Amino acid sequence: MNGFYQFQFYFFSLIAIVSALLFVTRKNPVPAALWLVNVMFALSGLYVMLDAPFVGVIQVLVYAGAIMVVFVFVVMLLNLGRAEVGDLRSLSARLGAGFVSLALLANLLVVQRDRLPRTPLAPAVDNVVTPVAASLFTDYLVAFELTSVVLLVAIIGAVLLAKKRVTV
Amino acid sequence: MINEALIVSAILFSIGVLGVLTRRNAIILFMCAELMLNAVNLSFVALAKLHGVTGHVFVVMVMTIAAAEAAVGLAIVISVFRQFGTVEMSALRTLRG
Amino acid sequence: MMHPIVLHLVQAGTVTMPGHPLAGTTAANLLGLLPLLPFLGFVANGIVAMTAKQRANAAGESVVTTARHPLVTALGPGVIIAAFAVALVIFFGMQSVAARAPGLLDAPYISAGATWMHVGNLNITWSFQLDQLSILMVLVITGIGSLIHLFSVGYMRDDPGYARYFAYLNLFVAFMLVLVLGASYPVMFLGWEGVGLCSYLLIGFWFNDRANVEAGKKAFVVNRVGDFGFLIAMFLIWSTTQKLDFVGAHAALGGMAGTSAVMAIALFLFLGCAGKSAQIPLYIWLPDAMAGPTPVSALIHAATMVTAGVYLVARAAPIFSGAPEASLLVAVVGAVTALFAATIALRQWDIKKVLAYSTVSQLGYMFIAVGTGAYTAGVFHLVTHAFFKALLFLGAGSVIHSLHAAYHHTHRHEDAQDLRNMGGLSKFMPATFAAMTIATLAIAGVPPLAGFFSKDEILSSVFARAQSSPLANASLAGVSGSVVLYGVYVIGVLTALLTAIYMTRMLLLAFTGENRTGEAEQQALHEAPAVMTAPILGLALLTLIGGWLNLPKVMPVGPTGLLEHWLAPVTGASALKLAGRGEIAHQTELILIGVAVAIAFIGIAIAFALYRKPIADKAHASPDTGLAGVLAHAYNVDAGIDAVIVRPVNAFASGFLTRGFDVVLDRTFSVGGGLFSRAAGLVGNRLQDGDVGKYAWMVAAGAIVMLAAFTLA
Repeated sequence: MNGFYQFQFYFFSLIAIVSALLFVTRKNPVPAALWLVNVMFALSGLYVMLDAPFVGVIQVLVYAGAIMVVFVFVVMLLNLGRAEVGDLRSLSARLGAGFVSLALLANLLVVQRDRLPRTPLAPAVDNVVTPVAASLFTDYLVAFELTSVVLLVAIIGAVLLAKKRVTV
Repeated sequence: MINEALIVSAILFSIGVLGVLTRRNAIILFMCAELMLNAVNLSFVALAKLHGVTGHVFVVMVMTIAAAEAAVGLAIVISVFRQFGTVEMSALRTLRG
Repeated sequence: MMHPIVLHLVQAGTVTMPGHPLAGTTAANLLGLLPLLPFLGFVANGIVAMTAKQRANAAGESVVTTARHPLVTALGPGVIIAAFAVALVIFFGMQSVAARAPGLLDAPYISAGATWMHVGNLNITWSFQLDQLSILMVLVITGIGSLIHLFSVGYMRDDPGYARYFAYLNLFVAFMLVLVLGASYPVMFLGWEGVGLCSYLLIGFWFNDRANVEAGKKAFVVNRVGDFGFLIAMFLIWSTTQKLDFVGAHAALGGMAGTSAVMAIALFLFLGCAGKSAQIPLYIWLPDAMAGPTPVSALIHAATMVTAGVYLVARAAPIFSGAPEASLLVAVVGAVTALFAATIALRQWDIKKVLAYSTVSQLGYMFIAVGTGAYTAGVFHLVTHAFFKALLFLGAGSVIHSLHAAYHHTHRHEDAQDLRNMGGLSKFMPATFAAMTIATLAIAGVPPLAGFFSKDEILSSVFARAQSSPLANASLAGVSGSVVLYGVYVIGVLTALLTAIYMTRMLLLAFTGENRTGEAEQQALHEAPAVMTAPILGLALLTLIGGWLNLPKVMPVGPTGLLEHWLAPVTGASALKLAGRGEIAHQTELILIGVAVAIAFIGIAIAFALYRKPIADKAHASPDTGLAGVLAHAYNVDAGIDAVIVRPVNAFASGFLTRGFDVVLDRTFSVGGGLFSRAAGLVGNRLQDGDVGKYAWMVAAGAIVMLAAFTLA
């Protein structure tokens, strides 16, 4: 791959990682949510660079545009804007957590290094949506239908759970 | 690019784990979980370059389920907030063993 | 279904051992009947005994009357007499086969039996071995047993345990027959243990008295020590030869003569003998065993059970003859025991205790004999001793029975067994007196009674082997065999002197002089009823003529060496190994006989001199002091063993083991188990306290561990 591509790739990766770090360290939930949105935008860029434009688009539409919006709604609804004292755990807990996540990272890096071949497939050039649709509606049709059921259940569940109890 | 993408995915996942272990606010906990899911999505997309469009389908599935999970989970958070007045995890200990 | 023993006993002899001249004859077919008859007697008498109380309550009679059921009186002695008859038939059958041609009965006849144990190489069957030695023992057991059973009919007449007594006595005879007829060590051991059990049951027969129970327990426990030796010997025999039947094992062990394995086997077998036949250091149970009824003492502790050890050595002659050092040790232990017991008997006041120590002493003589390879002499003395010792015990039983009746008549509670309460009984019980005199002369060794011949043969054999024999060439603990054997001879002569003294003392104190029982009692003193006196006279006759069984060559007043010829196929080869062909000169033998006779008469004279003057009865007697006191208390051996062994073991068991070890072990598991569960619970409790953050930690940690496992594997 050419140099600009690489630069772009690293640029988006950097944004994603820095935004993620900033996200986990904000005390106030609202900025935290917004940093997460930033992560998702960066990831969307990465998806497009990895020859998955369809996924990149729905990432922005669904994830950043719908799910994170719901999160921000709930934060605002519950008036959690003010930072809560003592949301972060003690220093020792944080150091331990850091250690654990570093260990996990190390593990994952070791795993990924040893196991993958290095020759990628040729990307789809013309129609980017059609291959996905074809696979989705033929091979994975049942899964697709089931996810729609899941969504239905989720809607009903959410409504039920969030309803105010009517006290007589 | 695949390997680099996988490394980024691993880093993002670890950051998500760090967040889960560190934060006490329930909503932020959820958002860290979303971060982890996103990291996994990146993995899938990267590997789709090796194994075909199934990876993309998987990503679609994951996003859908994440949406459903977020909806239900946040509804629960709202109920919890109504009940306990707070969304801090240390306050939610009624399910003792 | 029939128990395997019974099943075999019925089938015995019907499946024949091919090739043996006795196979298929009546003798072989009847062999199984021998232990079966007394066993059936046990069953029948046992049923009567167990139902005695019921029937007494139902009929309104006393238990004494219902126990004395005529069936018991008929069957109790009856089965033994029947067994004796069968034994005679078998004996004459064997005689007729032997007379056909020489050497026909050189090998024993083994009946085929059902399998007892079959594990890998080990195959033990319920087989009986019929040869010259076993039939001789059977005749002695059933013959003398019959006489004693008849005596018991009179002696136990008024005892509520009448039926139980005969049941146990029959069972004893059954087991004893299994012991002498067994064709392998395990079957013999079964009989060995069985007679030990019956001895325990019969010593503690009057179990309402604590002392009797303790005596029975003591007998059983001390026997157990000996049985341990027997078992170890069996294990050793198995591990060296892979055989446990007599014929096979002895053939294999005969080829290993002189090895340490054979010596070890011989020594452990002798430990078993020491237990059963009351040699040092396991003799301590026999004097206490006098707590049982007197006929029991006569049968078990004089004539049969205690001779099982001597029988074992004779049976295992190939083993002992292959270990000269062990044989020397047997002889030495026998000699020391003989002398030791004789000294104690000098000062005993209980008539039965005198006879008990006398039995220990005479058993010592038998072991001297079989230890020096004079197996025939040992068995000869076994037979003659059975005659006169049973006679002595039955006579003592008559006396005790009489004194009991006398004291009962006047309602006094004096000791009916104490010599100081007797005296002058020759006037009241003339027949018993005559029989006891014959027995006393026999045991002292006065010719031509049975005891003289057997004792003289033992001493002559020892002297001959001391002069020159393979045994004399061996050595025991550095001392030359010859010196050892001369020493044994001297001890034997000394013991003979003491025997004459204490037996004459007993006779004089009981039957001569003034009567010390009391004026009022004398009316009630009388001779025992016929059923008791007849067996006594029968035994007296046997004592008179018993010597003819094995006359020595120097005194050919009749056929010489009958027993020696009869037992030659069984013990001849082994005797040769130890004794060699050396014989003593005619002159020397006559001198030895002269010495023996002189000793006997000197002993009698000494006793006359010492005990002519009158003594006080028990109530007025002064306690024994000094040397007399030591002898009277049997050197305080029992007290010594109590202090050195019994008390420490008891203290260890009740102190360390019960209160210490057992409690600790118990608490570790019961309390400790509880504590452990609680601790585990507390740990588990803290894992599930509702803190989701903690759960998240655990998931993360677990995930890392699993990942690491996969990557590192």
